[in-house]
Amino acid sequence: MIAPPPVPILLIAPEVAVLATAMVVLVADLWLRPERRDLLVGGSVLGVVLAALLGVTLPDGVGFADRYVRDGLTRVGQTLALAAIALGILVAPEYLRRLRMERGEYYALVLIAGAGAMLMAASGDLLLLFLALETLSIPLYVLAASRRGSVRSQEAGMKYFLLGTFASAFFLYGIALLYGAAGTTRLAGLADFLARGPSSLAAAAGVGLLVIGLGFKAALVPFHTWAPDVYEGAPFPAAAFMSVVAKIAVFAALVRVFPLTLGALAGQWTVLLGVLAAVTMIVGNLAALAQTNYKRLLAYSSIAHAGYLLVGVATATPDAASAVMTYLAVYAAMGTGAFAVAVALERGGQEADRIEDYAGLAERAPLLAAATALFMISLAGLPPTGGFIAKLGIFAAAVEGGGRGGLVLALIGVLTSVTSVYYYLRVPYVMYAGQPGPAVASGGISSGGISSGVGGPGGAVRLHPSPMVNLVLLLTAAVVLQMGFLPRTIIAFAQQVGALLR
Amino acid sequence: MLSVLIALPLAGALLVALIPREREETIRRVGLAVSLGALVVAAWLFRAFDPASGEMQFAVRVPWIPALGIGYAVGVDGISLLLVGLTAVIFPLALLGSWGSITEQVKWFTVAMLSLEGAVFGTFLALDLILFYVFWEAVLIPMAFLIALWGGPARRYAAIKFFLYTMAASVVMLVAILALHVLGRRLLGERTFDLEVLATMVLPPGVQAWLFAAFALAFAVKVPVWPLHTWLPDAHTEAPTAGSVILAALLLKMGTYGFVRFGPMLFPEALPASAPLLAALAIVGILYGAVVSWAQTDLKRLIAFSSVSHLGFVMLGIASLTEQGLQGSLIQMVNHGISTGALFLIVGVLYDRTHSRQIADYGGVAALMPRFAVIFTIVMLSSVALPGTNGFVGEFLILLGAFQTSTWWAVLGVGGVILSAVYLLWAYQQVMHGPQAARHPERLVEVTRREVLVFAPLVALIFLIGVYPKPLLDRSEAAVQAVLNRLDRPAMAEPLRRPR
Repeated sequence: MIAPPPVPILLIAPEVAVLATAMVVLVADLWLRPERRDLLVGGSVLGVVLAALLGVTLPDGVGFADRYVRDGLTRVGQTLALAAIALGILVAPEYLRRLRMERGEYYALVLIAGAGAMLMAASGDLLLLFLALETLSIPLYVLAASRRGSVRSQEAGMKYFLLGTFASAFFLYGIALLYGAAGTTRLAGLADFLARGPSSLAAAAGVGLLVIGLGFKAALVPFHTWAPDVYEGAPFPAAAFMSVVAKIAVFAALVRVFPLTLGALAGQWTVLLGVLAAVTMIVGNLAALAQTNYKRLLAYSSIAHAGYLLVGVATATPDAASAVMTYLAVYAAMGTGAFAVAVALERGGQEADRIEDYAGLAERAPLLAAATALFMISLAGLPPTGGFIAKLGIFAAAVEGGGRGGLVLALIGVLTSVTSVYYYLRVPYVMYAGQPGPAVASGGISSGGISSGVGGPGGAVRLHPSPMVNLVLLLTAAVVLQMGFLPRTIIAFAQQVGALLR
Repeated sequence: MLSVLIALPLAGALLVALIPREREETIRRVGLAVSLGALVVAAWLFRAFDPASGEMQFAVRVPWIPALGIGYAVGVDGISLLLVGLTAVIFPLALLGSWGSITEQVKWFTVAMLSLEGAVFGTFLALDLILFYVFWEAVLIPMAFLIALWGGPARRYAAIKFFLYTMAASVVMLVAILALHVLGRRLLGERTFDLEVLATMVLPPGVQAWLFAAFALAFAVKVPVWPLHTWLPDAHTEAPTAGSVILAALLLKMGTYGFVRFGPMLFPEALPASAPLLAALAIVGILYGAVVSWAQTDLKRLIAFSSVSHLGFVMLGIASLTEQGLQGSLIQMVNHGISTGALFLIVGVLYDRTHSRQIADYGGVAALMPRFAVIFTIVMLSSVALPGTNGFVGEFLILLGAFQTSTWWAVLGVGGVILSAVYLLWAYQQVMHGPQAARHPERLVEVTRREVLVFAPLVALIFLIGVYPKPLLDRSEAAVQAVLNRLDRPAMAEPLRRPR
């Protein structure tokens, strides 16, 4: 009889806390009267805060036969994931109530997806990584489709699900090939194997397939085509959450797999990742130029940001790894913030997701407009915001550690950032300069998506009193500004990751 | 003290943002008061500055982002002092000058102007390359919004062109800054973006040439050096009066300042090597700008192209790399700020009354607005560089410096002086004299007391600098000497170089 390995429950306490919260939320929802659902929100956030406190205080360690690793990367990645969960929950309730779709499941799904993201940051084994990836993905598919009355939401969920499972299959096949070549799925074992001899074709193909699987989740070009449709169809709060949490999870995993585990073989994969990064930055930013829909704009923006993050992974120096985590922290704030702005708005009972809808908003909601301007300036990477400091960290690391290729990537990065200014600043421009015109008569041609069920969006954009969204806006704006002016603490926190590489 | 100069306008912007937007009068007064406060600080700085020293004064250095080696480092020397003073003078006047013309969204206008002032001060005072870059880029945002929200009919196009054009060039500078940082880490073994520390490196000429090219591109677009000037006529023409004034008087100076500040310190071999090219482009700019100005039918466009011509003189002085040339350039930067700022304000006065910028829509204005005619005459003569006005001092010194380096440069430059007299006098004659051609002569009422208040300090400065430029020259002399010393003996810093 084989004795089961001991379960070091304390090691995974943060994940357990989040999952337990999810269960409690699911069960409590059955007994709770609808008007008291605020308790679910409060309870979820409480559980997340508890998990974050646990995560920061727990010491390093490994468990489950080295499959689970708790180190600096785990700590930073999980803290970011937890922040994304908390923001993802707080941004939702008022919107869900307005569209009559609030159920406890929504929060539970966010929590479960978040737990998957936390596990991805901690996976020391490809199989655990796969399980974590699925734990993250499946709730996200459901969240994308969670607006049951809307065809677009259904379409988004289905599209995401089909393409996502396809990508998962790639990922799994990659694991199989690597296992066939090396006889192990543990990252440490793989590193030993790959370092020992000339890499076999199977192993190389396996690594390539892993990149495809992760690249899909992070929406790297050319695996990005799902992103605009899914973001456009998914409800705003769900899109906000998925854009941020998936990025945190995937890039934590990429940092663990590539610089951290396969660092000695950097020569073999930096070119591949570097090319992907270059293509992603260029395509993401150029495609965003033509968008008239706010969600699609943010979708392409999220693709572009995945490109900048990948520059950091491809550079593979300690500074670059720290810069990636710093960037993720800033992105979590500005990405969620940019979505949260639109969550508070509504047009004729529908989402207000056309940029032209925001015309003249500065008149009626000066603070909201100012926050939007801040997020857009930060997303464009202009000083004095966190977006600038984050990009600076990545490009500095690329120029320093990336040789000639790093210099090229940095140049592409700064030039595409210039391009991005055009589409980002259009949003605050419309808010400040545009006149709130009369409702567009018919449904209008929305870019690419299926027009939503009701006769056609009409009426001027209305602003809803949403204290929780306002809290999210306040928190994210504060982080963006803090990262712009006094980024020391967050950078120091992220540097634990670089320290692992030294 | 320098930090106060940067922080005061920014804090003022924050304060104004908190005032309810209906209270426009309060907002205007607070904005003016804050910019006057900055003027007081700058005046104190001007007096407390030690002219004998060519070093950075009032320097402050604190770590900002130690993980990346970025520091908050500010300091002032004879080069930046003059521009800081100019900034402090121009902003209150621009705010006062737009008292009547900006009536929509006064609050955000004032916020944009004050944050712009803080960022411009920061650009001239920063001694850390990243800090400099932060301010340099931060200037773009309020300026683009000034053009895009309060500008003329084609404002959107102009704002986007201005933003993308200048930013595209500056991000290349950012990569060069990062490369300098990396070289600094290798050669000095230190993680730093501090200008004075990085200046101790001795870089091989090939590396210097590339990095200088990247910096020069960013600066040349800002100046603008011909043929990179095409954003300027659009931006100047479409911007509201205050925007044009700030753009011409201060933002263009950021480019020429960049050449003087960073060229000699970081690239002591590449700068002299490229001086003939810079001079050639400057001369083309002088002549081209002047000829094109002459052909304009729009007053604002005429002045915009005249800026290309006048900034060509500044670049010529820098490229001469002589004491007179550099001093002349510094003085001429201030002069151009005063006289072109005033010219844009003059067009603003006319535009506020008739809502036309076309030269053909005016004529015989002098008879209707005699006091205004006096102001226009003085400013125009200063721009033409008549002896006794400030323009003469600057252009004379520049030509003197250029003559020492190459007779031809000076000869061609003089051609530009003559041409500038031609187009400015021509424009003046068309607008102020001749038959009454205004479509609404009844609207051309005499300048108000507030408008006189705006022009009075500028006119005073025109004569003051024209007759007695010594206070400015004294303060810039030591710094200019330090620049030239660096160019003569770049190897001075040799011992700091370490083997890898």
